[in-house]
Amino acid sequence: MNTARSAAGDGDGAVRTLHGVGVGGASVAGPVALMGVPEPPPEPDSPPSGPPAEETERALGALRLVAAELGRRAELAGGETAEVLEAQVMMAEDPSLAEAVTDRTAAGVSAGRAVFEAFGLFRATLAEAGEYLAARVADLDDLAARAVAAAAGRPMPGVPVRDEPFVLVARDLAPADTALLDLQKVLALVTEQGGPTSHTAILARARGIPAVVGVAGVLDLTEDELLLVDAADGAVYVAPTEEFVERAREREAARREAAARAAADTAPIRTPDGREVKLLANIGGAGDVADALAAGAEGVGLFRTEVLYLGALEPPSYEDQLTAYRAVFEGFDGRTVIARTLDVGADKPLPFLPLGEEPNPSLGVRGIRAFRETVHERLLDTQLTALAVAAEGTGVDLWVMAPMIADAAEARWFAAKARAAGIAKVGVMIEVPAAALCAREVLAEVDFASIGTNDLTQYTMAADRLVGALGGLQDSGHPAVLKLIAMTAYAGAELGKPVGVCGEAAGDPRLAAELIRLGVTSLSMAPAALSEVRAALRRT
Amino acid sequence: MQRTVTVASRVGLHARPAAVFVKAASAATLPVTIAKEGKEPVSARSILAVLGLDVRGGEDVVLEAEGDGAEDVLERLAELLTEDLEG
Repeated sequence: MNTARSAAGDGDGAVRTLHGVGVGGASVAGPVALMGVPEPPPEPDSPPSGPPAEETERALGALRLVAAELGRRAELAGGETAEVLEAQVMMAEDPSLAEAVTDRTAAGVSAGRAVFEAFGLFRATLAEAGEYLAARVADLDDLAARAVAAAAGRPMPGVPVRDEPFVLVARDLAPADTALLDLQKVLALVTEQGGPTSHTAILARARGIPAVVGVAGVLDLTEDELLLVDAADGAVYVAPTEEFVERAREREAARREAAARAAADTAPIRTPDGREVKLLANIGGAGDVADALAAGAEGVGLFRTEVLYLGALEPPSYEDQLTAYRAVFEGFDGRTVIARTLDVGADKPLPFLPLGEEPNPSLGVRGIRAFRETVHERLLDTQLTALAVAAEGTGVDLWVMAPMIADAAEARWFAAKARAAGIAKVGVMIEVPAAALCAREVLAEVDFASIGTNDLTQYTMAADRLVGALGGLQDSGHPAVLKLIAMTAYAGAELGKPVGVCGEAAGDPRLAAELIRLGVTSLSMAPAALSEVRAALRRT
Repeated sequence: MQRTVTVASRVGLHARPAAVFVKAASAATLPVTIAKEGKEPVSARSILAVLGLDVRGGEDVVLEAEGDGAEDVLERLAELLTEDLEG
């Protein structure tokens, strides 16, 4: 960290420096926008901070703020979302609500508590009406949380909406938050929790937004304070001097130029011992093909086929699959596409493939396990046939792999099925430590392997990817994880079978070179990460 | 002065129809109340109270207003409720 810091400057250019795990290599400066977190409601006897008239004004002012904020969102959203938000604005402006609030503040109740109780009054009525109004009850809870925060002068829960670009500072980001986030306005992401495989990091990598995650103390920053976020250093500089920002800007320009040169130079990457390393893209469907090609992907290292079917109520028909797969394959004439068969689990459910509730979804019926049950086996057979047939005549070099393979017996079972369906190159994902430990036996059954570092890390470190507090353990660069990767790569080299990496680690410029040194033969990543990784590998 | 009217929108006085109705009532020159059988009348200008009535499509509601122009106001709001406001 010390060397990285000296590279960024003399350290005297900022009031304070905070450290975390950087995602990407970019740096950018911008004002802080804090994402508030829902807080417990004020206690019934929480003392008012002023006389009743002041508390009334504070409470009504909070409601006005909430209405203004949601109104702004409605304008940005448009369509059906806008209508829902406008209805929420009407609720915040409801005269009966204001009356209920004023009754309470006039009687000496604190602004926050008065707002909370007034919403509670209407919530009870709506909740009584049953499931028909359940969504409105949720709206009301959201409004109440916002108003309580606003009355306390704190940022409202939920992603900030601003006209000017900002640095989003949050405890952690959930998919539900980022779905609502206008990424055009986000200069950088800084989170207190989370590690390199957290949702925040994945989003940042996919969108090419610099991020620093796992930064202690970041929630104490003030709204609109200037931050310089340097992802390459994993550093966040608070209130930097103008000169410091200017120097960072110059370095950033140089970095971009280098990345652009690297992106333009698509000559194959070779290791000192003459091995060629392929740089591939992770995609979810035909919509990602153009991005992948523009970023100079030599092929696809992970085609997540389940992305086509998220939310589908019926299993995709054979014909629909043919069309969807062909749309992807046609873009990669003469190149390799590695398709992963449907990856499901209680944590990423597909409605047409019910798996039931599990006490511990990460250790449950996930990935290939779901299809070893006879009821679902046919779905896998259909998919394998559709993949094989879709590839015909497109000129694509199709490889197909199964997720969550644990041992050689599972690999053998899958390989037999895939070959019977007409797949020429059959492989497995190495995500379960058991499969890495017995990589030789597993690889003997198939033609290639691809290491899913996100799950391999979570299982090796026994640290749930989604638990922000365990961010420090979710490190794909941990020696324990690297050992398993090395074992797998070694087994592949012995048997003459390719072993790639398609997890987040592959898109991390700092880990990429290390993975190559361990013997990994290809790296597959979000298209946005390709140029930086290529630049990093050219330097080594 | 009262008017009884049957709500035409299939979803009832929820979602969009409720918002349209409350907006119209808020713009009216007189305060109006709306009631459903078995429930207390509530202000037609309160979206929360109107939603709380849980009026379903095909149910009757009673609109009430007093004063100059009450008849016009009730007439306009009643007409709104007999339209399908979902579109």
